Amino acid sequence: MSLINMFVKYILGVIEMLFNSSVNFVLAGEAGQGIDTATELLTRMLKHFSYNAFASLEYMSRIRGGCNSSLIRVSDAPKSFFEERIDFLFALDEKAFEHLKDRITKNTVIVTDVNFNITGLDCDTKIVLNFKELAQTLNTIRLDSIVSLGFIFALLGLDIERVKEYFGKKFSDENIRDKNIASIESGYVEGVNAGSNYDIKVNLRPDFLVKNKILINGNDAVSLGCISGGCNFIASYPMTPGTGLYTYLSQRSDTFNIITEQSEDEIAAVNMVLGAWYAGARAMITTAGGGFSLMGEGVSLCGMIESPMVFHVAQRPAPATGLPTRTEQADLDLVLYSGAGEFPRIILAPARLKDAFEFGHKAFDMADKFQVPVFILTDQYFLDTASISNIFKINEFDNKNYFIESEENYKRYFVSKKSSISQRAIPSYGSGLVCVDSDEHDEYGRIIEDASTRKLMVDKRLSKLDEIKKELIAPEFIGSKEYKYLVIGWGSNFYMIKEAIKDFNEVAFLCVKQLYPLHPDVKSLIKDADELIIVENNATAQLAKLIKASVNCEFKHEILKYDGRPFSLEELKTRLKEVIK
Amino acid sequence: MTTFDKDNKDIAWCQGCGDFLILNILKDVFKELSLPVENTVLVSGIGQAAKTPQYLNCNFFNGLHGRAVPVATAIKLANKELNVIITSGDGDIYGEGGNHFIHAIRKNPDITILVFNNMIYGLTKGQASPTTESDYQTKTQPKGIGVEPFNPIAVSIALNASFVARAFCQQANESKEIIKQAILHKGISIVDIFQPCVTFNKLNTYKWFKENTYYLEDSYIPNNRTLAFTRALETEKLPLGIFYKNSRTVLEETDANSSKTIIPLYKQDLDRKQKVEEVVQTYL
Repeated sequence: MSLINMFVKYILGVIEMLFNSSVNFVLAGEAGQGIDTATELLTRMLKHFSYNAFASLEYMSRIRGGCNSSLIRVSDAPKSFFEERIDFLFALDEKAFEHLKDRITKNTVIVTDVNFNITGLDCDTKIVLNFKELAQTLNTIRLDSIVSLGFIFALLGLDIERVKEYFGKKFSDENIRDKNIASIESGYVEGVNAGSNYDIKVNLRPDFLVKNKILINGNDAVSLGCISGGCNFIASYPMTPGTGLYTYLSQRSDTFNIITEQSEDEIAAVNMVLGAWYAGARAMITTAGGGFSLMGEGVSLCGMIESPMVFHVAQRPAPATGLPTRTEQADLDLVLYSGAGEFPRIILAPARLKDAFEFGHKAFDMADKFQVPVFILTDQYFLDTASISNIFKINEFDNKNYFIESEENYKRYFVSKKSSISQRAIPSYGSGLVCVDSDEHDEYGRIIEDASTRKLMVDKRLSKLDEIKKELIAPEFIGSKEYKYLVIGWGSNFYMIKEAIKDFNEVAFLCVKQLYPLHPDVKSLIKDADELIIVENNATAQLAKLIKASVNCEFKHEILKYDGRPFSLEELKTRLKEVIK
Repeated sequence: MTTFDKDNKDIAWCQGCGDFLILNILKDVFKELSLPVENTVLVSGIGQAAKTPQYLNCNFFNGLHGRAVPVATAIKLANKELNVIITSGDGDIYGEGGNHFIHAIRKNPDITILVFNNMIYGLTKGQASPTTESDYQTKTQPKGIGVEPFNPIAVSIALNASFVARAFCQQANESKEIIKQAILHKGISIVDIFQPCVTFNKLNTYKWFKENTYYLEDSYIPNNRTLAFTRALETEKLPLGIFYKNSRTVLEETDANSSKTIIPLYKQDLDRKQKVEEVVQTYL
């Protein structure tokens, strides 16, 4: 093998492949081939060895078969954006070639099974492995994804003994451990051979700064934020991509004393959570846009009874079932306008991983303090993408209950000149009675129909917005203060936009983090721009519409993407080039 | 001592409505059971029956149409020291809230569901309810309902509900006894209470209920699910009384919940810094 390759190289004069700032590995295979497990193992180990690691998963809506893939990047500095570029494709199933055809280039190194048909692939380097034979030699079951990891470790030049030591501790079951380590070793040998045969050099060194940072995905960050905010009750109905948060809380429910209730439907979930808050819990829901649609009436009830409430709405492409496992940012309008009637609300969209943690926490405080629904808007790409982040600062956050011990003749909706927020009591804590009513009500919470009380209560509810506006979350501004173009975006596009604007002069980026109500800085920073560019993962520029409703401005350029995939850095740069002269 | 009695100037029910009788029965039941007002929460949905908490001196959550059951379930989970009682109608619990009714029975929270069953929609002016007789004609079903009425007793027993009973509001003493037992029972307790709608239901009147019901005999022991189910299917005359009881584990005390519900959630410590810190460390 090695001799033949050297001969081929001699004839064709293959150029050495050198990776010294970042390398993108893609693992692709059928659902059930262990792509996500291998990705998790790989990134955790890279982090352990102080590498800047990044991983993003994309998968189909099926349990077996199809084709899923993960992008794993190792880089010299933290790089948290999605790229199309594939340096090494580990195709564990033949369908991967078709599935990833738009991302495979001449420079992509293909590592795949000897039995797959690779003749049509226009790549300079194709490395075939006999996975079946490897497994037979080792007398183990086929663990193609684990063999691939061994290959990657060899390319990165890791010491196999250290790798073995690390994985030795990862698996408690001896049999499983031995099979995995044997598979890693066999892949490692193949990787070492390929590295020398094809002159592949990956010169990426560990970054000592990574030691004190964390590797976390969006789902875990937002989940942990909600836990930190004191969430002790969650009712939800499973729906991708919102389920991850529910799973996370369930797995840690004993540690943090969280009651986790899988409701019969989303309607039950929202009503349960309102009942839980009423009785003194700090409760939340996680769902996707479709599931949230069923909760509209509950949002309206929340507004009427002035209950605190936290919704995690994980966006995915819709209408209806849409693309269940893909990504989109098209539910801003939905959460902004959901629920009959007029009442205040708060919408937060984490952009950085640390935002997810902080907003999870803040959502509970804001909800409790202002007695309004608070929405945390994320999306599939954000939740399923892991990257290196500065460690979350926990000491900044104190939890506070805002409810009071009631006295006799307590009025749940007491109207005072001092504050539009009536002190919230809960049943059995104090001698007062707590009455909440979905009908229009008086200060006691009892049903009324008269016009003057109605008006009084509408004004009282709406004036909470003035209180909310005193504590808005500022947008993040990145780039030169002397900007001509201002790119505006939100949520999961953050890291791509932040990286893409580096290629341009006189361009800045404003990332809006509290989508509603808008922070006054959004207005002032927009005023200073000559041209506005909106970047959103939807077809109708929903944030742009929202901004235009309160700021007199025009978005000259709209860069929108709604094919169910996240923006890649490459696409975003190309599309920015089209509009920035 | 604070009582559930309340001075009501204006009650939204029609004169002669069965709901008045139930309201009085409830006042007596609460008094005789010495339920503390502060520790009791009434939950209801929408409809005339759902207005009951408005006419009592009590904590209440008068929520959305059909959604009393999930609200009550969560209140009990968040604070199991509370007595949680639902007062709502047949449309609310069996129609709009049918799915919740089914699944709450499976979950078995220790709550009491009192369904004021008048076999008609009153507040929306006389359309069919899930329990309206098949041949009954309404303005929106002029050729008769034409579909099988919902049998809440049979459905509850089929799902192994913890306590299943039926009462008739005009018979106060018997009803009081049934409702008392329902409240005292640990587990989900369902009492379907026959209650005439004097305005919109011309068929199921006081007289009709009196003539078409009878009490389960004294020798009947409500512990046999199959037998209870057979009795629930009787239609010639409708049996009243306690059909079935069991002592299943309640939702608040399942393996997942038992340790978490010992102290009401509002009393639990919210400081999680150290534990969150420990979890964050695992991502290092």
